[in-house]
Order: sequence, then structure tokens, then C-alpha cells
Amino acid sequence: MNERKPVGQQKPMETAASRHKDNAKPAKLGREVQARLGQQLRAMYDDVVSQGVPDRFTELLNQIDGTGNKDKR
Amino acid sequence: MAMDESVRKAVLGAVPSLRAFAISLCGNVDRADDLVQETMLRALANIDSFQPGTNMSAWLFTILRNHFRSEYRKRRREVEDSDGHYAERLKTQPEQHGQVELREFREALAHLPTDQREALILVGASGFSYEEAAHICGCAVGTIKSRVNRARTRLAELLSINSTDEFGPDEQTRAVLAGGGE
Repeated sequence: MNERKPVGQQKPMETAASRHKDNAKPAKLGREVQARLGQQLRAMYDDVVSQGVPDRFTELLNQIDGTGNKDKR
Repeated sequence: MAMDESVRKAVLGAVPSLRAFAISLCGNVDRADDLVQETMLRALANIDSFQPGTNMSAWLFTILRNHFRSEYRKRRREVEDSDGHYAERLKTQPEQHGQVELREFREALAHLPTDQREALILVGASGFSYEEAAHICGCAVGTIKSRVNRARTRLAELLSINSTDEFGPDEQTRAVLAGGGE
């Protein structure tokens, strides 16, 4: 009934896993990671860029351009 | 003031990327638009100090960046330096495209120190060279490079992107466990 767990078997597995973890932590980021970060960064940025020029900015320029100093804040 | 048509075009043409830069910096669309508006007003008021033939976009980015920095110093008490604040604000932004990945990325970006964030955006998204970014931020090229590197490393940590295989070790371990359990 009360079989003991094969403790001996677990140890080498743990060591292997932690060794793998150490290897997976490079001082410098790999190309793939950099590429993926760059992609996400540009996606975020381009999301805003694609909204174009909101009216308020065109109106602002028209106001400055057209009314001279009359409407200056 | 009568505006030169080429100036008008250049300023308007820069608005979309100025907004993207401003939103990435402050994490708040309304505040970002105010930053852009102030940038336009300052640029037009000081158009004489712009050297024709140089990069108008870089000039505008410099104005926006400096304005943001001085605003930031003024508002420090409100904003504080702590990490979570920007992220909290970002969470209240409407999710236009419902992209979870994009939202997570924004939140991670908001956790970066301002100087790392601006360096990363200028180089990685706005398309400026390291030299141009250094000029915009008023620092050495090497400083920009190290800020960009630190920003990338931190982002990868925050987003748990590992350079080695995503499922490799876990799946291997699981397979071994499953096999060994029988």
C-alpha cells in the first residue's frame, strides 16, 4: 500500500530542468525576441499613426493661418 | 500669421507620428493631444529657429519631448515615479481593436522608466537613427543604445518572452513526468 515515491528519480529531473532554465537566461536578447518586441512596438505605434490627423489639429492650423493675431491665446 | 505652405504641410504631416510618440510617452490620449497641440504652437512661434534643409520631424519631436519632460517634472507629484500609475491610466483607455496582446504590450511599456521608453520608441517605432534619437533626447549616442537595450531586456522580462523555445523545457518535463508516473 504505502509505496514510497521514487524520490531518486525526481532529483535528476529537477537538476536538468534548472540547468535548462539557466541556459534560457541569456545576457543578450536573441534575434527572435528583439524581432517580436519590435513588431509589437510598431503595431502599437502604427495603430495611432493610422488614425491620421484629427480635425482639431487641422482647425488649429486654419485658425492660426487665417485669423492672424486676432484669436491668439 | 501667414504660414508657409511647406511648413503647414510638414507640421500636419508629422501630427500622426507625434501623436503616436506622445501617447506612448504619457499613456493618455487627451494629454497626448494637448502635448501635440502645444508642440505645434511652439514650433510655429519659433519657426525662424528651424534650419531649412534639416529634419523637420526630428525638430518637432525634440520640442514635444522637451515639453513633455518639463510637464512631467511639474506633475511629478501627481504622477510620481512609481511603476503602476501609467498602467492604471492605460487600463481606462478604450480598447479600439480589442487586441489583448497590444494592451499587454502597452502596459509593459508603461512600466519602463521614461528615458528608456522614449529611446525605444524613437529608435524602434518612429524610425529615427540612434544619432537622431540622441539629438532629440540631448544625450550621447551610446546612452541611447544602452537605454534601448535595457528597455528591450525589461520588456522581454515583463512580457515573459524567452529567447529559447516557449514550450521546450516545460513540455519536455511534462513528458518525462507523464512517462515516469506510469
